[in-house]
Amino acid sequence: MQFDSISAFLDMGGYGFYVWLSYGVSIIALALLVFFSINSHKKIKQQIAQRIKREAKLRQAAELQKAQTSTDISNNI
Amino acid sequence: MMWKWLHPYANPEVSYHFAGKILPWCARFAFAFLTIGITWALLFAPADYQQGDTFRIFYLHVPAAMLSMGIYLGMAIAALSSLVWQLKLADASAAAMAPIGATFTFIALLTGAAWGKPMWGTWWIWDARLTSELILLFLYLGVMALHNAFEDKTLAGKAAGILALVGVINLPIIKYSVEWWNTLHQGATVSKLGQPSMTADMFWPFLVCFIGFAFLVTTLICLRFRTEILNRNSMRPWVRELVTTEEQTHAV
Repeated sequence: MQFDSISAFLDMGGYGFYVWLSYGVSIIALALLVFFSINSHKKIKQQIAQRIKREAKLRQAAELQKAQTSTDISNNI
Repeated sequence: MMWKWLHPYANPEVSYHFAGKILPWCARFAFAFLTIGITWALLFAPADYQQGDTFRIFYLHVPAAMLSMGIYLGMAIAALSSLVWQLKLADASAAAMAPIGATFTFIALLTGAAWGKPMWGTWWIWDARLTSELILLFLYLGVMALHNAFEDKTLAGKAAGILALVGVINLPIIKYSVEWWNTLHQGATVSKLGQPSMTADMFWPFLVCFIGFAFLVTTLICLRFRTEILNRNSMRPWVRELVTTEEQTHAV
């Protein structure tokens, strides 16, 4: 261990500001990168799932309409 | 013959699952190495006899700078194989690497500034090493912008790939800038062939930090590569099946 106390550790031999600035901003930058990478992965999956649902709905609506028009035609005859 | 074993990895589905398999292991190694490395660097590594405790910035600055160049080289190789052999997956991996490289370039520049202020008396100076590293950041940002500028991903990959390849000229400039020009930046300490010019109790924590960051980079590349594959293959049956089954298991 290079430091005798917590205050000496935080002081970093008088260079505390520069050392902690480096470590702090680096960790924040990497944390943001990890967060956005995970987030965009989840988002793309959600988008694809939504599109599948929308397509299923459209297909259902089209089938319903088809069934209705065919019953209309048979009623008219 | 040589390429035969590589062939299945040209299949996006195989690559997606392969990246998913190695991702958790890389993440664990990254966590372990970085925890040990950063603790070692901050608490147990000796202070430099000239630079005092500011030398602890070295353990972030040098791995970040080396990886910023390494990732660029990887991205350029991917871009080349995409342009020459029309590998669609190579485009996906190049697009995955660009934001990671940009982040590490930013960290290298920032930690450099925070180290330069107490040691050189200035946050920034337009010297060869610093300027060429700043150009590297702009190259990364340009490649990212081009990847996102076109709806057609093949076209986007081509445009970004050409920029990435032209930018390779910057890598030897960064590497040898401290030898070619008279700069304020100190010469190489670690990457000198033969013996590195630093003591073992500084070299080992550096190596552990470097390996940790390298594993973190690999983890992030796997993750972003998977996202890019999904984005480029969203209409394929295997992607639709995968997303649907994952939704069902999450909902339960």
